[in-house]
Amino acid sequence: MKRPELLSRILITAAVLGAIGSPLLFRARTPLIHARIAENGGWNPDVIQADVGEPLHLRLTSDDVVHGFAVGQMDMQSVDVLPGKVTDLTLTFDKPGIYTFFCTRWCGLNHWRMRGTIEVGDSSSDPQPVTPPLYVSLGLDIDAPHNAPIIPAQKPSAIRGEQLATNLPIYHFIETYRSHSPYQVFEELNNSALTESQRWDVVAFIWQSNTTAESLANGRELYAQNCAACHGENGAGDGVFADDLKAAGEASAQNMAGADDMTMQTPANFTDPTRMLGASPALLQGKILRGGMGTGMPMWGVIFTEEQIRDLIAFLYSFQFDYSK
Amino acid sequence: MTRIELTRSLFVKNTLKSRYPQLAVFIVMLAGYIFAVLAGIIGTPVGSRNFSIVFVWIAWWAILILVAVPFFGRGWCAVCPIPLPGEWLQRGAVLNPPEKKPKWLNLRWPKAMRNIWMQNISFLLLALFSSVLLTTPSVTGIVLAAMLFAAIGLSMIFERRAFCRYLCPVGGFIGLYSQTAPIELRIKEKQVCVSCVGKPCYNGSDSGYGCPWDVFPGGLTRNTYCGLCMECIRTCPHDNIAVNLRPFSADLAKPSARMDEAFKSFIMLGSAMIYAGVLLGPWGALKDAAYNLGTGAWFFYAVVFLGIIFIVMPFLFALCLSRFENFNAFKKRFAALSTALIPLGLMFWVAFSLSFVLANATYILASLSDPLGLGWNLFGTANVAWQPMLTSVLAPAQTLALVGGLVWSARTAQKAANEVKVSSIPVILYCFMITLVMFWLLL
Repeated sequence: MKRPELLSRILITAAVLGAIGSPLLFRARTPLIHARIAENGGWNPDVIQADVGEPLHLRLTSDDVVHGFAVGQMDMQSVDVLPGKVTDLTLTFDKPGIYTFFCTRWCGLNHWRMRGTIEVGDSSSDPQPVTPPLYVSLGLDIDAPHNAPIIPAQKPSAIRGEQLATNLPIYHFIETYRSHSPYQVFEELNNSALTESQRWDVVAFIWQSNTTAESLANGRELYAQNCAACHGENGAGDGVFADDLKAAGEASAQNMAGADDMTMQTPANFTDPTRMLGASPALLQGKILRGGMGTGMPMWGVIFTEEQIRDLIAFLYSFQFDYSK
Repeated sequence: MTRIELTRSLFVKNTLKSRYPQLAVFIVMLAGYIFAVLAGIIGTPVGSRNFSIVFVWIAWWAILILVAVPFFGRGWCAVCPIPLPGEWLQRGAVLNPPEKKPKWLNLRWPKAMRNIWMQNISFLLLALFSSVLLTTPSVTGIVLAAMLFAAIGLSMIFERRAFCRYLCPVGGFIGLYSQTAPIELRIKEKQVCVSCVGKPCYNGSDSGYGCPWDVFPGGLTRNTYCGLCMECIRTCPHDNIAVNLRPFSADLAKPSARMDEAFKSFIMLGSAMIYAGVLLGPWGALKDAAYNLGTGAWFFYAVVFLGIIFIVMPFLFALCLSRFENFNAFKKRFAALSTALIPLGLMFWVAFSLSFVLANATYILASLSDPLGLGWNLFGTANVAWQPMLTSVLAPAQTLALVGGLVWSARTAQKAANEVKVSSIPVILYCFMITLVMFWLLL
């Protein structure tokens, strides 16, 4: 073979190999966490290993729409994950355990399914003792309906209740707030001289006394970020995904467990007094912690801290009670 | 008509005659092409951040339709990497003279298919899937790879560049519009070719390969099927091949009379208008229909698309031909007058392409630094913000292109009508009407 021919063949082969090899090499050397809407796979990878006290560098990218990234039960600002761009992030974990990371942007109907875990340290070695949540120790069946048989004619007012409550030993009710539904407290007030509507006002006051303005504001913020997509900004169960959830529920009901499941897919309506006044904080805590098991309601226990759930519950009751001063 | 022979310059002639400058460009192009395939398949699925989408459908397309075709005709074909691996395998060499005995099947292309209907079909196939093809890197990567393999396969079965000549989806319209370009490859003296023994330009010799495009240079009268590969400059023993600078659209003075080319004109005009409507228009339902392949809406879109191109536009055009005496004469007139649509079609595509090329040109910089969307920043341009360019000149430039195209078509129509002895006014009116539609769609 003549030299120019040989040389050109070598050059061509080198160029072709370079064109094939360089993208493969660069891709292999750039590990990324890819975010896709849950229908297309969610996070990939969705399990990340880390060590206690060692900074964990993450490089995140989205393959479709704008997603967000945050780690549950951790004091961090969520970051946006933009399509085709790379977000760099460094996290340090103080304690071993399995942390859950999740999408913080309403990316699609199954947004809440976009979760993954970060395994920090050796999680098998002595697990931390856990105190069971209140709903467990109370033996509450959080899937059973807990409706209030009587509901107030008008929105109970905490300010009216405060005036009425001066003559009542309400400190008792403050202690039992967490394990009692508003309706139960309303019932316990029935031997007082108050009218029904006055009793509801006292209940509103008791509920307000168990929270703070700061806690309510924090709950409002958490609600707007995490709950309003389905439950609606005004709590009416009419968030932007509500119709789609209902449609998805109806579609699955036609070939799966039957028509009973349909209602399960509809987000809870927090403006419904029958539902909310029959629900104790312990019950709501259970629902938030554990999630809806097969409905669209995610499990938040791995994401929210106890304080965050407390704030959120306090805010949820503000759909029922008038807390204005 | 006046022509300036560029190959008179020794520098130009030697550059074209030598295989090395072309080979250097080939290697870069082939590497870039394969890189685009890989980037499409393994890079980010986000189109605006993927080399394959940005470099093929924005950068390459802009160069092709705004520069290469209008000014260099088949200039792109001269450096296109798609046929190269197949051609090198077919010849068994990159630079060496061809072997006497063909290495592969070396069949002639079937006679019935020696036209551009296959190219019309391959273009339409891509066109109907274009909203997905143009936005989905993996699809772009796979289609690019498929074209490379199709070209290799055809080179093994047929002689010369069968893929380029008969199948390439873009080759058809590049050929059609190359007739308007101010560059041509022609022979100098007819008599030299007539008396030339062995016709090495067509049959090959020790100094080069026989025309890969299956064209006898001695008979060239228009640019359509000359791929500007420069083999004949290398093989001609009489130095009788010239590359000339010439007036724009010189080939259109004598209209071609082929139905496949006439329909290519309708395909290109119609698809430019439909694309303008789908990609730039405000109609969400239309976009959805074009994007959701396989759905009922998409089938409806496809039927309308093909209906406009194959029925509505040709039928209205046929009405311009005034009389019908017998089918053959009618066909001849139809094809001849359709040459008037060539400059208009090119300018429709220029006007349409300007809008998305200028709008998206900044992606080229970003993609250059981060071709796979992996967060690299090779040249420091990965984070260039998206910003439409030259927005103030876009509408005037598009207007200029459309009005210019209309005037250019009107003049071509007059010449063509003269040849077949009919009035040019209905054809000019037809051009005027569709230009108005294009104006409405674009501006």
